[in-house]
Amino acid sequence: MALNLKELSKKPELLSPGHRACAGCGSVIAIRQALMAVEGPVVVGFATGCMEVSTTIYPYTSWRIPYIHDAFENAAATISGVETAYRALKKRGKIKGDMKFIAFGGDGGTYDIGLQSLSGALERGHDFLYICYNNGAYMNTGIQRSSATPFCAATTTSPAGEVIPGKVQFPKDLTSIVAAHHVPYAAQASPHNWRDYIGKVKKALAIEGPTFINVIASCFRGWRTEPTTSLDIVKTAVDTCFWPLYEVENGEYKLNYKPKEKLPIEDWIKVQGRFKHLLDDKHQSLRDEFQDYVDQEWATLLEKTGDQVQKVAV
Amino acid sequence: MTKTLALTGNEAGAYAIKQIDPDVVPAYPITPQTELMQTFSQYVADGAVRTEMILVESEHSAMSAAVGAAAGGCRVMSATSANGLALMWEVVYIAASFRLPIVLAVVNRALSGPINIHCDHSDSMGCRDSGWIQLYGENPQEVYDNMIQALRIGEHRDVLLPVMTAHDGFITSHTVERVDVLEDDRVKKFLGEYKPRHPLLDTAHPVSYGPLDLQDYYFEHKKQQAEAMKNAKRVILEVGREYGELSGRPYGFFDEYQTEDAEFIVIALGSTAGTAKAAVDLMREGGEKVGVIKLRVFRPFPAPELVEALSGAKAVAVLDRSEGFSSIAGPVFQEVRSALYRKSDIPVSAYVYGLGGRDITPEMITGVFGDLKSGRFHEEQGCHLGVRE
Repeated sequence: MALNLKELSKKPELLSPGHRACAGCGSVIAIRQALMAVEGPVVVGFATGCMEVSTTIYPYTSWRIPYIHDAFENAAATISGVETAYRALKKRGKIKGDMKFIAFGGDGGTYDIGLQSLSGALERGHDFLYICYNNGAYMNTGIQRSSATPFCAATTTSPAGEVIPGKVQFPKDLTSIVAAHHVPYAAQASPHNWRDYIGKVKKALAIEGPTFINVIASCFRGWRTEPTTSLDIVKTAVDTCFWPLYEVENGEYKLNYKPKEKLPIEDWIKVQGRFKHLLDDKHQSLRDEFQDYVDQEWATLLEKTGDQVQKVAV
Repeated sequence: MTKTLALTGNEAGAYAIKQIDPDVVPAYPITPQTELMQTFSQYVADGAVRTEMILVESEHSAMSAAVGAAAGGCRVMSATSANGLALMWEVVYIAASFRLPIVLAVVNRALSGPINIHCDHSDSMGCRDSGWIQLYGENPQEVYDNMIQALRIGEHRDVLLPVMTAHDGFITSHTVERVDVLEDDRVKKFLGEYKPRHPLLDTAHPVSYGPLDLQDYYFEHKKQQAEAMKNAKRVILEVGREYGELSGRPYGFFDEYQTEDAEFIVIALGSTAGTAKAAVDLMREGGEKVGVIKLRVFRPFPAPELVEALSGAKAVAVLDRSEGFSSIAGPVFQEVRSALYRKSDIPVSAYVYGLGGRDITPEMITGVFGDLKSGRFHEEQGCHLGVRE
């Protein structure tokens, strides 16, 4: 199938409308786009989180494909079992044909509580794709800090106060941690660049073995933005180089997008209420620190990728 | 022809899994379970089975992978002990609520802390309310027999519950005894082909496993689990009878030893039942009317059947190999006394013994009978048997 909007619009929605996610939810967009890349039978697994809660309130389900949610920290281990079941039954002639497996987890379920389970599944080499829909906090339980929360972002457990300016740490570099498992494919994506993202999902599903995509997903509740700006805001994350789009394919880093003009991080900060306190004059040094961090990470990535932009081939 | 082998409890468990040849076995090492999975891994390496093993990075993932594979439509077995079971805990409950007939061998070991690798029942007793059927075996023969029956019980369409088969760490797991094993094809025939209901991998008929279940349905689903556990009582007896016809070793809820005319009865689980039988033999030589009930099925709890079995006794002692910290003795005592409430007025005496692998001897059990005979009952707070004060 050609990767264009006309063709994509003809694809049946595997996640049916009527789920209970917020209007303008960036995670739903990220999941629907991922499912557009699927051809043929697929089974999805979910970690506990917004998308699990909002798509399967018994006796209803939005899933037109097989779906399993086990617990919070074990989406990768559970999909390991499902994928092994497929191989076991295929070996005994009880199942025919190919099948794909995708596990989804939020950043809490992936960066934090599910990291061990993910690491184990990657190391064992199961044939599955893990997609982390990363909105940078525990949004489902009410916007608590995770290890993916950006520097200085205010959350309900890392609020901006008189003495502490929100989260004091920089986020964990999960994509690199996954790549360090020497899996065949790991990538970062953003749903505003659907062609890049869907291309990556297609590519990952075609590869045998464990693959990983970390997709930024805005949450207007937690980011304190307008629901109508869900895609604009992740575009700015990419154009400020806070969230670079790149792939690690068999150990080789490839840069997929380089903004014509690298925007200052302030452009991303100033449109989100969670950073409101940072705009105060007294926090100039923190804004500088944030900018230095982004510049340094970006420079490291350019070095790894040879500063060459390579679009995702589909 | 059946074969007679010399096997440890763990080897007997591994041998049963080999003959069952389950589709998927997730495993993670922990003392004293390790030898069971090591032995089974060799069968896999030698191509003696077609099982796919998943060598996970933790017990939490072992049970999670078991849930995934069983939901997928596979026959799934695993084994663990103590802290491993504790780490699985969250998913143990989920497996039961998904109604997946996973079989888990629990090689009983004391829970930390303090850390201790030896036998008591704190691990399996800790998840007695998780919705799993629990079978306790006395010796390697029963380890083997219970594991084969466990699948038939759990997979019955009126049950569809996971099953724990427990045996005592080191005492049973590492002790060689004679085990009569069935021929492979008779085991296969007894088990039959597993036909899962609503498997996740039936992509033509997609199902959602694990939805959010709120105030309007959760309760009904829990009631269904409770009903399934009641149904399991019938099925356990049916399967135990059929297995008896196959092997010559019929099984029920419990095993009665010298209880017919017994005035005083001791109830115990696992290997201690064997020790208690030795004590009974000694005392019977002296003309004492004493007997033992070895409780095999703890979940579901065979309350009316136990009441009937105890109807001729003057007093009963319950030996608990775990401390419930309730201040009113251990879990088996509480269940037995509750079963007898308003059905019988015989005294029930409570003993907690053998924690962390502390030895229990026939002499100690003779002492328990002595207590019963002389009317020294520990009915409220129980007695810690064999502990230094």
